[in-house]
Amino acid sequence: MRFATTIIIGAGQSGLAMSRHLADRSIDHMILERGEVANSWRTERWDSLRLLTPNWQSRLPGYAYHGDEPDGFMTMPEVIRFLQRYAKVSDAPVLTGTRVTRVRQVETGYEVSTSQGPWRCRTLVIASGACSVAAVPALSANLPREVTSLTPLQYRNPSLLPEGSVMIVGASASGIQLAREIQASGRRVVLSVGEHVRMPRTYRGRDIQWWMDAMGAMDARYDAVEDIERARRLPSLQLIGTPERVTVDLNSLRKAGVELVGRLVGLRDGKAQFSGSLANHCALADLKMNRLLASIDAWVSANGFVGRFPAPIRYEPTDVGPNTSLGLDLHDSKISTVIWATGYRPDYSWLDVPVLDRKGRIRHDGGVVAAPGMYVLGLPFMRRRKSSFIDGAGDDAADLAQHLQLGLARAAA
Amino acid sequence: MTTTTTINAKTNNGVNVAALLGAREALEKAPEAAQFKWRASCEWLNGTHSRSTIGNFFGLGAEQSRNKNFTVEADHPQVFASEDNAPTPVELVLSGLASCLTAGVAAVAQRRGIQLHSVKATLEADMDIQGILGIDNDVRNGFGAIRVHFKIRADASEDDIKALVAQSQKRSAVFDIITNPTSVFVTVN
Repeated sequence: MRFATTIIIGAGQSGLAMSRHLADRSIDHMILERGEVANSWRTERWDSLRLLTPNWQSRLPGYAYHGDEPDGFMTMPEVIRFLQRYAKVSDAPVLTGTRVTRVRQVETGYEVSTSQGPWRCRTLVIASGACSVAAVPALSANLPREVTSLTPLQYRNPSLLPEGSVMIVGASASGIQLAREIQASGRRVVLSVGEHVRMPRTYRGRDIQWWMDAMGAMDARYDAVEDIERARRLPSLQLIGTPERVTVDLNSLRKAGVELVGRLVGLRDGKAQFSGSLANHCALADLKMNRLLASIDAWVSANGFVGRFPAPIRYEPTDVGPNTSLGLDLHDSKISTVIWATGYRPDYSWLDVPVLDRKGRIRHDGGVVAAPGMYVLGLPFMRRRKSSFIDGAGDDAADLAQHLQLGLARAAA
Repeated sequence: MTTTTTINAKTNNGVNVAALLGAREALEKAPEAAQFKWRASCEWLNGTHSRSTIGNFFGLGAEQSRNKNFTVEADHPQVFASEDNAPTPVELVLSGLASCLTAGVAAVAQRRGIQLHSVKATLEADMDIQGILGIDNDVRNGFGAIRVHFKIRADASEDDIKALVAQSQKRSAVFDIITNPTSVFVTVN
């Protein structure tokens, strides 16, 4: 049985950032990685995906993007290289090809079973990602057997889909990107739209992420927002990273030919049923977007920056047309594939410590898990709005590394 | 939370938001108490005229009784060769939707510290009665579409008022009942 004071599960941005902070504090540790560095980026992303945050925002402790295109968006191979280099320059102790199969509590900390034998540690950092499992609604079980069911974790590109039309369920970042790309490949695409967050890629000459960063919105803390549960449940922003910095919203998708329907609420006898709430979901998203744009305008004015940026504008309200369909016969409309872009969740199937709530979420206070010496990283709005972003890994890891070290010192005293 | 309460103290829409928030907090910890059963009974009077009685319901883990029973009558208008003793059931559905959304507007406004002065909803629904008459099987029995128009006077910007109505729809039971399918089980004797 091997031992490390701290074991970090996962060698992505969060695990590597934590490793850096632990090294700075001379805390001996080991990163256990089921595959290679940046494994999820390597194996669970579609071909065309680029980061949704601009290059300049890829900042990690002691490391950042320094290329020629600060406003560009990294492709997946670029993300993988970026993180590989980080692991190398940090000299991070990564054990690759080591899948954690079980973690259980022992008197002195945790026993970690892996595909390469057991480990023991006093403190444990879970950095295995917030998007390991696609959250697929229960009604997907009623999908006719002849229809191919995919999640965005499995989807690669349009040419690998079976011949026929495609229904995409969910219109957040994943759903709108897949709808755009599959429609452009010449297929009929039906996009089922529930609650979503509409967002222009750029506003007043800057990337939307630049504004959020400049206004301090990305640093907003979990213990300072009014309803943190709601903030954590918020769907991902309707954004895409492209060299042209295009905005993709429901209006542009509809113009491109994507058929918009309401939230999928029933699947019976080969027929899909959609909610009549689409107009309200769009109204909610338009109002929310306009509130953000108004807060940007107010910030610009309050700081005396009016002359520095182009004048404020407002975008066309979402128009889904008067006759959106409430039902679809999958067979008659030749739907051969359904893609469930209905969100993601972490995988804790290996975690044999009673720290999950009744909905399977890990119980934590800003990443400090409800078990001694256990931490989690990278969850949506975990400590800050940016917690699940590459740019958020550093600050969270710094806070938690400090907490972890204090815990070790107390135990030693 | 403290700041919201301070704002709310000045706003009075007659909604006890503190109690609602307290209930939400309590039910998050005890989800079984959140299981409610709503009931109604209905008796045929004559022709298309009927009277529903609404009284007890189940919730918070127990039978909940009221001080009195309510009655709601329904009938059909004279163009359907009926006596028009009461609204038609479909009009009661519109009334249910309007009341649910209006209550929601008041509650959300209270929560957001917005003082309401007047709220008026006007509803119209399309129906092709070839469906209920069995003339054309391709025509559904129910509404083709429902249009709701709110006229609201309140101490808030136009967008904030629109957001009240949008949030009210998001949290409305009747809006959900109408926009989404529900399984209905009917038994006899």
